[in-house]
Amino acid sequence: MTRSNIKTLIASAALASLTALPVGSALAQTLKLSNNVVKLGVLTDLSGVYSELSGQGSVKAAQMAAQDFMAQNKSFAGKVQVIGVDHQNKADVASNKAAEMIERQNVDMLVDMPTSSAALAASEIAKTKKIPTFVVTGATTALTNEKCSKYTFHYAYDNYMLANGTGSAVTKRGGTSWYIIYPNYAFGQDLNRQMTAAIQENKGKLVAPSDATPFPNTDFSTYLLKAQTLKPKIFGTMQAGNDLVNVVKQYNEFGLRQQGISLGIGLLFETDVAALGQDAFAGAIATLPWYWNLDQRSRDWAARFEKAFGKKPTWAQAGVYSASMTYLQAVARAKSDNGDAVVKTLEGYRFSDFFARSAYIRPQDHRVILDVYTVQIKPKAQAKENGDYFTKIATIPAAKAFMPLAESKCKF
Amino acid sequence: MPAPVNAQFLLIQVFNGLVNGAFYALLSLGLAVIFGMLRIVNFMHGALYMLGAFVAFALGQMFGLGFWPSLLLAPLMVAAVGMILERTLLSRLYSLEPSYNLLLTFGLTLLTQDLVKQVMLSKYAVSSAPYTTPSELTGVVNLGFVVFPKYRLFVIGVALLACLITWFIIEKTRVGAIIRASTENPVVTRSLGIDVSKWVTGVFGVGVGLAGLAGVLAAPIYSVEPYMGAELIITTFAVVVIGGMGSILGSIVTGFAVGVLAAVGAAVYPPMANTLVFVLMAVVLLVRPAGLFGLPDGAR
Repeated sequence: MTRSNIKTLIASAALASLTALPVGSALAQTLKLSNNVVKLGVLTDLSGVYSELSGQGSVKAAQMAAQDFMAQNKSFAGKVQVIGVDHQNKADVASNKAAEMIERQNVDMLVDMPTSSAALAASEIAKTKKIPTFVVTGATTALTNEKCSKYTFHYAYDNYMLANGTGSAVTKRGGTSWYIIYPNYAFGQDLNRQMTAAIQENKGKLVAPSDATPFPNTDFSTYLLKAQTLKPKIFGTMQAGNDLVNVVKQYNEFGLRQQGISLGIGLLFETDVAALGQDAFAGAIATLPWYWNLDQRSRDWAARFEKAFGKKPTWAQAGVYSASMTYLQAVARAKSDNGDAVVKTLEGYRFSDFFARSAYIRPQDHRVILDVYTVQIKPKAQAKENGDYFTKIATIPAAKAFMPLAESKCKF
Repeated sequence: MPAPVNAQFLLIQVFNGLVNGAFYALLSLGLAVIFGMLRIVNFMHGALYMLGAFVAFALGQMFGLGFWPSLLLAPLMVAAVGMILERTLLSRLYSLEPSYNLLLTFGLTLLTQDLVKQVMLSKYAVSSAPYTTPSELTGVVNLGFVVFPKYRLFVIGVALLACLITWFIIEKTRVGAIIRASTENPVVTRSLGIDVSKWVTGVFGVGVGLAGLAGVLAAPIYSVEPYMGAELIITTFAVVVIGGMGSILGSIVTGFAVGVLAAVGAAVYPPMANTLVFVLMAVVLLVRPAGLFGLPDGAR
C-alpha cells in the first residue's frame, strides 16, 4: 500500500464519517422501520361464517387506512403494506398463521381476529414476538382480563359492553323478565354470565335458568316452545352468526312476538340483519360500537368504503380501519415500528375518529374504551334507504360502556 | 317459579320432535333404500340434502320460482345428479371393497360443499341464504295444547306421505318386488331377464331424491348453507344403525322416534340433546347388533 493510497483512505474515511454520521443520527431521530416498511397483518376469516362481516372487507379497510395515512402524512419516510390471511376461525390455525406472518412475512402488527378462541391464540403468539395486536372482531373479555397481554389491545367491543348495554337498556325499558339461551362454548357462556348480571343489576329477573344449546345448532324449536310455556317478556339469545340467524328465523316462525315475547340479542352484526331482512328483527334491541349511518362523519367514511369495496361497511370493518389508523399514527409518533416503542405511545392515548368517539386506551389493561350505542332495529317500512337498520336509543359514554378497571383481572 | 318440565310441556316436545323426526326419517329412508339395493353407504347423503335446499334457493334467484315448483323440481334435479354420479363414478367401485365407496362419497361431499360455498359467495355474496316460507303456510295455528307454526305441520305431513309411498311401492307393488329381488339375489334376477343395473340407478335416484326433498323442506326453517347437511347426516347414520341397515320400515319408525327422543332430551337436559341418540345407538349395538328392525345377516 502506497503512502498516497493510505492518505486517500484516511481522507475518504474522514469524509464518510463527516457525512454519514449526522445522516445516521438524523435517521434515528426521524424514523426507524424494520425492513423500511410498516406491514399490517389482517388476520381474519376469509372463507367461513364471519367472512362477510370481516374477511376481505377488513383487508380493504386496512388498505384504506394505509392509503389515507400516507396521504395525510406526506413526510412519512416509510412505506405501508397490508396483507390479509385466513385463520378459518380456528385457534390452532390462528396460532400458526400469526407466527408465520410475523416470522416470514415480517408483519409489524396484527388486526381483526374474529372468533374469541382464535383471537386469544394469536394474542399469545404476538406476545412472545412483541408484536402489537388489535383485536376488533373477537369478543371475549378474557383479552383484557386473565389472558391480557402487554402487546394486545381490545378494540371496538366485548361481551361486557354488549351485556351492559343491551341487558340494562332492555330491562330499564320494561323487559324485566328474561329467558336466555346461549351457545355452549367460551363466548356464549361468558356472554350469558355478563347478561344475567346486567339484568339483575337493573332489577330484572330470569324466569328460568338459562339454557346452554349445542354449538353449532340449527333447530331451536325446543327452546322457543319452552319460552312459549314460560312467557317471559324477553327471549334473550346469545347466539352469534348463523346460529343467531336460525334462532331469529324460528322466533318469527313460532310467532313469539305476537305472543308478547320480545327479542333480546347479545351480539348483532349488520350481516345478520341482511340475512333475514330487518322485519324479522324489528323491535329488537342491541348494542353496537358503530353503524354506517350514525352521523355525517360516519356516512362520509362509509360512502368511501362502499365506493372502494362495493358494499356498505360493517362495524367490524370500520373498526379495523380505525384500529389500523390508530396504530399507524402511533408508529409516526414513536418514529419506529418497534413493538415496545409503539405500545408505549399507545398507552394512555386519547383520540376521536369517525369510529371511536371519546376514545381512550387504558394503560392498565389495554381496553380501548369508546362511546357505544344501544339501538333498536327498525321495521323495513321505516327504513329511509337500503341498509338503514337502526334507531339510536342511547349513547353510552366510553367511561360507562366497558368493564370498570377495578373489576379487571389483568396483570401484564 | 314452576318448573317447565311438566306433562304438557313434554307432550309439546314429543309433538315438536316429530318435525326433526321427519327429516331423519326422509334421510334415513333414502339411505336404507340405497343400502338395501346397492349395499353401499352413501356418505354424500347430507351433501345432497344440502343440494336440495340450495337448488330451491337458486331456482328462486334465477327463475323466480317459488316454493311449490321447487318442492317438485329440486328433488328431481338432485335425483338426476345422483343418477349421473352413480353411473359415472359409483358403479365402477361395486366390485371393490366398501371402503372405496366410502372414500369416494366422502370426497364428493367435500367437493359439493365447497362448490356450493363458492357459488353462494361469488354469485350471491352470502354464506348463508334466506329462504322464505310460502305465504300459504306462514303463521301459527293454535292446536289447543301448543301454538305451532303451520309450516312445520306441513313438513310432518309431507314427510309421512313420502315415507308411506316409498314403503308401499317397495313392499306392495311389482316394481318393489323386482327391487327386492335384485337386492336378494342379483344373479337370479338377471337370469329372469331383468336389467338389474338399470334398477340400481333408478333406486339410487329415488334414495337421493328423498334427501333432496328433505333439503327443500328444510330451506324455510333452517338457513341454506353449504354445511347444513354435515351435522344432520351424523345423526341420520345413527338412526340407520339403530333402525337396522337397509330396513325400510325400521328407518321410518326410528327416524321419527329419534326426533322425538332428541326433542324431549333437549327439553329435560339440554346438554344431553346431541349425545342421547348416540347413547341409544351404543345400547342397540350391544343388545341387538343388527338394529331394532334389522335381521341378522344369516337370516337374510
